[in-house]
Amino acid sequence: MKIIVCLKQVPKNDSVLRVNDEGTWIQDRDLSYEINESDQYALEAALQLKEKVGGEVLALSLGPARVQTVIKEALARGADRGVHLDDEAFKGLDAYGVATVIAAAAKKEEAALVLTGLQSDDHGYAQTGVIIAEQLGVAHATIVMDVEVQEARLRVKRELESGYFQWVSLPLPAVLTIQSGINTLRYATLKGIMAAKKKEISHYDAATLGLAADQLAPRQKILRIYVPQKSKQTQFIEGTPAEVAARLLEKLKNEARVF
Amino acid sequence: MANGEGGILVYIEVTEGRVNRASYEALRAGQLIGAETGQEVAAVLFGQGIEAAAAEIAARQLQTVHLVNDAALASYTADGMVRAFQQVIGQTKPALVLLSHTYEVRDFAPKLAASLGRVLTGDCIGYRVDGQDLVLTRQIFQGKMVADVVPTGEKPWFVSFQIGTFRGDECEAGTAAVALTSVTIDAGEIRQKPEQRFKEAKAAVDLTQAPLIVSVGRGIKEQKNIELVRKLSEALGAELSASRPICDNDWLPMDRQIGSSGQTVSPKLYLAVGISGAIQHLVGMKGARTIVAINRDKDAPIFEIADYGIVGDLFEIVPALTAEAEKNR
Repeated sequence: MKIIVCLKQVPKNDSVLRVNDEGTWIQDRDLSYEINESDQYALEAALQLKEKVGGEVLALSLGPARVQTVIKEALARGADRGVHLDDEAFKGLDAYGVATVIAAAAKKEEAALVLTGLQSDDHGYAQTGVIIAEQLGVAHATIVMDVEVQEARLRVKRELESGYFQWVSLPLPAVLTIQSGINTLRYATLKGIMAAKKKEISHYDAATLGLAADQLAPRQKILRIYVPQKSKQTQFIEGTPAEVAARLLEKLKNEARVF
Repeated sequence: MANGEGGILVYIEVTEGRVNRASYEALRAGQLIGAETGQEVAAVLFGQGIEAAAAEIAARQLQTVHLVNDAALASYTADGMVRAFQQVIGQTKPALVLLSHTYEVRDFAPKLAASLGRVLTGDCIGYRVDGQDLVLTRQIFQGKMVADVVPTGEKPWFVSFQIGTFRGDECEAGTAAVALTSVTIDAGEIRQKPEQRFKEAKAAVDLTQAPLIVSVGRGIKEQKNIELVRKLSEALGAELSASRPICDNDWLPMDRQIGSSGQTVSPKLYLAVGISGAIQHLVGMKGARTIVAINRDKDAPIFEIADYGIVGDLFEIVPALTAEAEKNR
């Protein structure tokens, strides 16, 4: 089975974020990056599926040259080939635009299965996988915890709200969005890193994928970004651990009256 | 948004015959935006044998409740929902479709919007009407920043609001007409075959009734350190709960998880230890009367909603708090 796993490069979780001069996004200089958390579980799910049923795992990332770090990391963990989607026209796309580009690449590669993480840690759209499925005209399932392959179909365990789950079967080809924490991530071994150097990365731009500018036109626009105003005034308690402990309990008792 | 034109269509989620409480929040959003822009508000429900749910919604202030009763919609599937919803949009021609950002909405709304060439502006936490624009506020970078966003394409626009953004119990009462709306769905078009919903946690702990809760997150680093927090919860006479990563690692059972995939609580005291405050966690506890956060990162989103904050090393502060609580008992 040919599986494409979509990996987004996002600023590290503990990054100090600064708003850019236009006020429309963050400054990208001086940032360090990592693979979006739930995408890492999607990669692991792809590698485990390949081990079970055979096939090929393609690690795909969209973005400037720096996202090749993400692809190389995935190749070192065991993916077979990289797909790098890069074009001036791919900058600042909304979820619809990103999904349109990825769907065109998945079509070109004739992938049987596309996996994404459930949500990105930067924009947090939680939509890309579902829109890819719509653009490809294939079935999808979201917030997936477990995947079984049954000939031309998949049987997947979906997480619902309030502690419920549900198994759903759907035909291949398909798109799944993967929940964080569903498997144990593997890390790249030295052997894996060496092997990755010989693996190929395909580069696709808008022209190769046959995409015209109007197909990627934004359907929503960010006016500005900013640090949120606090809805509550937080009282910060300072001092040595013993002082902080005594003050907090005093406040909880006499001010907040919770005891 | 031009006054009077189009109208607002609110999606009401029905599971096993019951209205999802979050749908009242979407309806409340519809009432507010409708009043501000002079647009009529309608709602739509999909399923089979859901007349009682439709009647419940019809007792609120809105124009029409569209009831779509079809055997193909008896169990939720993304394909069935999108096919039916497209037809209702075609028949009612709304300018704005409002939804609550539930797991089900996340599963179908992006597809519905994309099938009409639109994109969902999802998981919003506020809105502002500005001339022709509907300015929506969304959290980005897991709540560390927010963005003001406007849908720019053709109407209808699709917007979902984060759970807890509006008060469902503030929906104005009224009397609406229930309109039976029919759609055509070929069962063969539905590719997903769902099985029965089930729960995994057997001996479920009901945290929703606990007055005091101490909750532990990723900052605890290792399973053995959970004991530190357990001791604090015992010293305070509180229930112990956790954020998702702790339960994913099996450091505490699933039935102690707080958040969108776990329990939603509103205790007198919620003391969060080493929890950064991802959106999925916050929706499960932001209703607590008093929130205390202990975290080493002063920029952690949990401090946005905390009444009392302690920035520092939990491995020093938690034992000190436990000792102090034991002294006061």
